[in-house]
Amino acid sequence: MSVQILMPALSPTMEEGNLAKWLVKEGDKVSSGDVIAEIETDKATMEVEAVDEGTIAKIVIPAGTEGVKVNELIAILAEEGEDVSAAASGGGSAPAPAAEETTSDAPAPAKVAAEPIKVEVAADPDIPAGTEMVSMTVREALNSAMAEEMRADKNVFIMGEEVAEYQGAYKITQGLLDEFGPRRVIDTPITEHGFAGIGVGAAMTGLKPIVEFMTFNFAMQAIDQIINSAAKTLYMSGGQMGAPMVFRGPNGAAARVGAQHSQCYAAWYGHIPGLKVVMPYTAADYKGLMKAAIRDPNPVIFLENEILYGQSFDVPKVDDFVLPIGKARIHKKGSDCTIVSFSIGMTYAIKAAEELAKEGIDCEIIDLRTIRPLDMETVIASVKKTGRLVTVEEGFPQSSVGDHIAAQIVQKAFDYLDAPVITICGKDVPMPYAANLEKLALPNVGEVIEAVKAVTYR
Amino acid sequence: MAASSANKGKSVKPPKLKPTPTTKDAYTKMVAPKPVDLSKEEEMAAYREMLLIRRFEEKAGQLYGMGHIGGFCHLYIGQEAVVVGMQMAAIEGDQVITGYRDHGHMLSCGMDPKGVMAELTGRSGGLSKGKGGSMHMFSKEKHFYGGHGIVGGQVSLGTGLAFANWYRDSENVSMAYFGDGASNQGQVYESFNMAALWKLPVIYIIENNRYAMGTSVHRASAMMDFSQRGASFNIPGIQVDGMDVRAVKAAADLATAYCRSGQGPIILEMQTYRYRGHSMSDPAKYRSKDEVQKMRAESDPIEQVKQRILADKIASEDDLKAIDKEIREIVANAADFAQNDPLPEPSELYTDILI
Repeated sequence: MSVQILMPALSPTMEEGNLAKWLVKEGDKVSSGDVIAEIETDKATMEVEAVDEGTIAKIVIPAGTEGVKVNELIAILAEEGEDVSAAASGGGSAPAPAAEETTSDAPAPAKVAAEPIKVEVAADPDIPAGTEMVSMTVREALNSAMAEEMRADKNVFIMGEEVAEYQGAYKITQGLLDEFGPRRVIDTPITEHGFAGIGVGAAMTGLKPIVEFMTFNFAMQAIDQIINSAAKTLYMSGGQMGAPMVFRGPNGAAARVGAQHSQCYAAWYGHIPGLKVVMPYTAADYKGLMKAAIRDPNPVIFLENEILYGQSFDVPKVDDFVLPIGKARIHKKGSDCTIVSFSIGMTYAIKAAEELAKEGIDCEIIDLRTIRPLDMETVIASVKKTGRLVTVEEGFPQSSVGDHIAAQIVQKAFDYLDAPVITICGKDVPMPYAANLEKLALPNVGEVIEAVKAVTYR
Repeated sequence: MAASSANKGKSVKPPKLKPTPTTKDAYTKMVAPKPVDLSKEEEMAAYREMLLIRRFEEKAGQLYGMGHIGGFCHLYIGQEAVVVGMQMAAIEGDQVITGYRDHGHMLSCGMDPKGVMAELTGRSGGLSKGKGGSMHMFSKEKHFYGGHGIVGGQVSLGTGLAFANWYRDSENVSMAYFGDGASNQGQVYESFNMAALWKLPVIYIIENNRYAMGTSVHRASAMMDFSQRGASFNIPGIQVDGMDVRAVKAAADLATAYCRSGQGPIILEMQTYRYRGHSMSDPAKYRSKDEVQKMRAESDPIEQVKQRILADKIASEDDLKAIDKEIREIVANAADFAQNDPLPEPSELYTDILI
């Protein structure tokens, strides 16, 4: 029986990659463990090893092909004693591709789109109309924002696990070591509490550290230094000294990484006076707000999303693109219902609004961008117009960002409400590993559609 | 304790572990330098500074008892020689950071006693405008970085101050003070590792006053030679008689020279003693009155200097009395100020949260 060689997934969030190079040709004999090809993603280049002995009967995807989907057939291996030409012509046993699982109650569970997302950046009052745009991934936006600020200010440096020689666990810091050297791009041991404290101490002297956490899940080790030292020193010192710095890294669920690596900390840090908390969705916002965060004289928590890292958006082509922290962006104007979301929650909100538009329900989508200080003014103005509010986020439900917004709306715009506020969150459970359970634990587009219909009485 | 059924009724002998001697065993243990002879001026300065701390703390204790100072108040009485001796080796720009028993460090860094006392009473003229309190005062001007209430937090922060010196190619060193209690915190070792790895100019000053709140070092520490707490990271350490300002000064001279020469961190274990309880509400039942009395009578840091001054005829009893009077006046003025200075304006509630 011939064996099908499929495009492998190199990370939990990889959906496709480039087949960079074949190291074997048709007719070559290979044994288990031989490197047969190189696969490239935006994060890394990895070698593909043969898992069986045999002869390469056919190379299906030629070297240099871009955008090869995970689990696509890339080559056929004829096993020993098998007719190579027969194997090449098809058949063979293949490891079954992971079944695409769907939940019955949700219309289209949010799928991570690989193609560029159309975003109405023109609606952003901070970007003048007619500005030239370039397509950029969130990863590139973050990387270029940090590089630009490091060029502009010698006091800016970055420290964290694998940020330098490894080029970043998620490749956000790629190339920075080469350009800025080991004094400004510093690999730390795996000691979050310690290096967060060192970062805060350095910031107290006026340096401007960027502390990268490999994920914010690990920052729980360091949360004492973030809150007790970084956030409170300015107040405790009567304004004499503070911590002008950025804590950044991926936050929230990625894909199939289980309970300890899948938590959203927006509400946690949003609770703390003395911090600013930024949590963008588009690459333009990642870029403009990261530059603002580095320049900000206060400690800024910059919550990124691993699934968004590889997604492309239009980013204004201007020399020094900085956005204001603390201002929400109206992503889409509408009149029937306000949907407030942020970060990856926006993907559910946008898809739901598209579906609802087909049914004649016109949603206004607000991307908060900043969790603290929270731009309630924009939310209230919108609710006064639509009379309805649905919030969408991936974090746990109790004391969520949505809970706070709902409470504020009840206190400040109660008379304008035509329906109770609905807050959509992740479910009140630790994140499960199984694909179907994970999908159930996260919000989905169907829930948002249902919520909007409920508050608009459709 | 649950025993497995197989072992029921049998006495299980623990395996005997033989220590394997290596040449590295004594690598990090440094012999304490001999106490230096202080100059006349240094003896007088040490006397004056230690006395200021002592009288200030006594006054703070009184004001606390009268209800003028609230919350927590941790007094430094008995430990004065440590910070005063260390500061004798400091140069302009060297940073100091410590935990919550911090009044002595602030005074020794040259911060205004009025500002410190007014912070204790929570007044607008306090060093943190009344918003920090006993455990949270800072001075950019005097390079004093707090005043920290989370045990051990200052060790990572102090390492960060040293990191900034390294980053800027400065000759300054960071002096990070912490106690025998904080020495068991995890982030201390995370910091030791990075400081040694990157050769950061930081002096870790462990003020071993024998009690972490009410727990004696014997009950809390598996290894009681605190100077060797950095042995895993090849950080050298010295045990110092922290009651003798001359011994502290000698160790401080060595440590600052070591750090300034780019060799990385060093640990000084200051063997000292606090006369008062952990905080004002601590009756100190975990130790005997005799133990305290013996330390006071035989090792008091101020008394040691005083005896030398008199024996060497550096100054007369009358001269010292004049200094005492002067210091009492400084402290009385600070206390007056702290009780009469206005409370912070209610509007201060919402300032200094963000810049």
